[in-house]
Amino acid sequence: MGFNQKDLLGIREISAEDITTILDTAESFKEVSRRAIKKVPTLRGKTVINLFFEPSTRTRTSFEIAAKRLSADAVNISASTSSVTKGETLIDTARNLEAMGPDAIVIRHPSPGAPHQLARLIGASVINGGDGAHEHPTQALLDAFTIRGHKAGFAGLQVAIIGDIAHSRVARSNVHLLTKMGAHVRVAGPRTLIPPYYEQITGESEGSLTVCDSVDDALSSADVVMMLRIQRERMTAAFFPSLKEYSIQYGLTLRRLRLAAPDCIVLHPGPINRGVEISSEVVDSASSLILDQVTNGVAVRMAILFLLVEREGH
Amino acid sequence: MEFKHKAHIMDAAGISRALSRLASQIVEQNVGMTDLLLVGIRRRGVPLAERIAERIEHLEGQRPPTGQLDITLYRDDLSTVGPRPVVNRTDIPVDVTDSTIVLVDDVLYTGRTVRAALDELVDFGRPRKVELAVLIDRGHRELPIQADYVGKRLQTTAAEIVKVMLKDYDEEEQVIVVENE
Repeated sequence: MGFNQKDLLGIREISAEDITTILDTAESFKEVSRRAIKKVPTLRGKTVINLFFEPSTRTRTSFEIAAKRLSADAVNISASTSSVTKGETLIDTARNLEAMGPDAIVIRHPSPGAPHQLARLIGASVINGGDGAHEHPTQALLDAFTIRGHKAGFAGLQVAIIGDIAHSRVARSNVHLLTKMGAHVRVAGPRTLIPPYYEQITGESEGSLTVCDSVDDALSSADVVMMLRIQRERMTAAFFPSLKEYSIQYGLTLRRLRLAAPDCIVLHPGPINRGVEISSEVVDSASSLILDQVTNGVAVRMAILFLLVEREGH
Repeated sequence: MEFKHKAHIMDAAGISRALSRLASQIVEQNVGMTDLLLVGIRRRGVPLAERIAERIEHLEGQRPPTGQLDITLYRDDLSTVGPRPVVNRTDIPVDVTDSTIVLVDDVLYTGRTVRAALDELVDFGRPRKVELAVLIDRGHRELPIQADYVGKRLQTTAAEIVKVMLKDYDEEEQVIVVENE
């Protein structure tokens, strides 16, 4: 068993073997969620704190349900109702939480690297629930789990990631994960929303990363299409003329989806903007696995909590 | 790890005879076999449950359903065992409520595995009755748990290890007692 780490901070830091261990473990936890009594006693007496400095429904609820199905106690703290509004720094908040003896802290923060700083300061396991535009490792893992349930494997798989690449921690984590597992990733979106030298973020890996000039190029024969949300809250400048124009040029419609492979699956990390980056017909089509992703998210987060908190010698 | 071979307990034919006897006893105690379910405890309880089910089919003309339990998530020693055990899948194919379940394992020792299995089973529903069948009972219980059907009882010391080797997982099919060198 290779995976014996305290924290899950990003996909970049973990190996293909670690990823496989997490996904295999999640298979077992998916069965737990189908039982009449959806709870196992594994993390009884452990405490998981959800520390959220940014709004979240899916990720926070998913972690809370995952912790509860493992019999851990889950505590939610959101920045708007915490001492952060009274001027406490992240470091002081962390030290105070640590003093209450949690076993794991899930942190979402607008600053890239905030979970890494927290992990250095405290003994509890730290899980990155999204840090700025940097990484969102549990999202990439649940996406991978969803893909694995429908495709034979990652090696040689053609994956198109479309939209606001620059602001997307989901895209970054997925690019790391998919290329480590041997997939070929193509990204497309407005040029203003693709960082320069983006091809180089993967370093040496099994798969490949290509930046495409058009959405149609990226979609061509794709096995998986991952659409990204336009993150208006992170946009400080005018990156494209209007939502209407964005939708026409970069939105996923049924007509455009025909360019992809016939058994192509469509993913979206949510929340979706119907009619902007993805049309309602695509969201509600048989190709769409957007709700499967949410279901799988609980199993994957149970696996991560189990693997981190019950690590060897702890 | 090197083991010192101490005793040979059963060969393939011996295991086969013991399983046939367990199957007959289970049939005798559960006449009509309504709602009988055999559940193997991973790993070696699973093939043993399958083999007992085959023998019951031979005797009664009807094969009881079989399931499998992975008790990893219910262990009381998770943080002291290492390296971390792999979590495998539990599969209970029928509704357990009001069924008679025979748990099947290879070796009964401290009773802690059976305790975990019972906890897991009741999370699937409320069985009418749960019985326990084991190929080897080696004593040294740490909990008040007893088997209803036993292939063979062995006197062992705590230092000894009883190895049930089955062709599903091992090269040779036999039961031996070894000790750490």
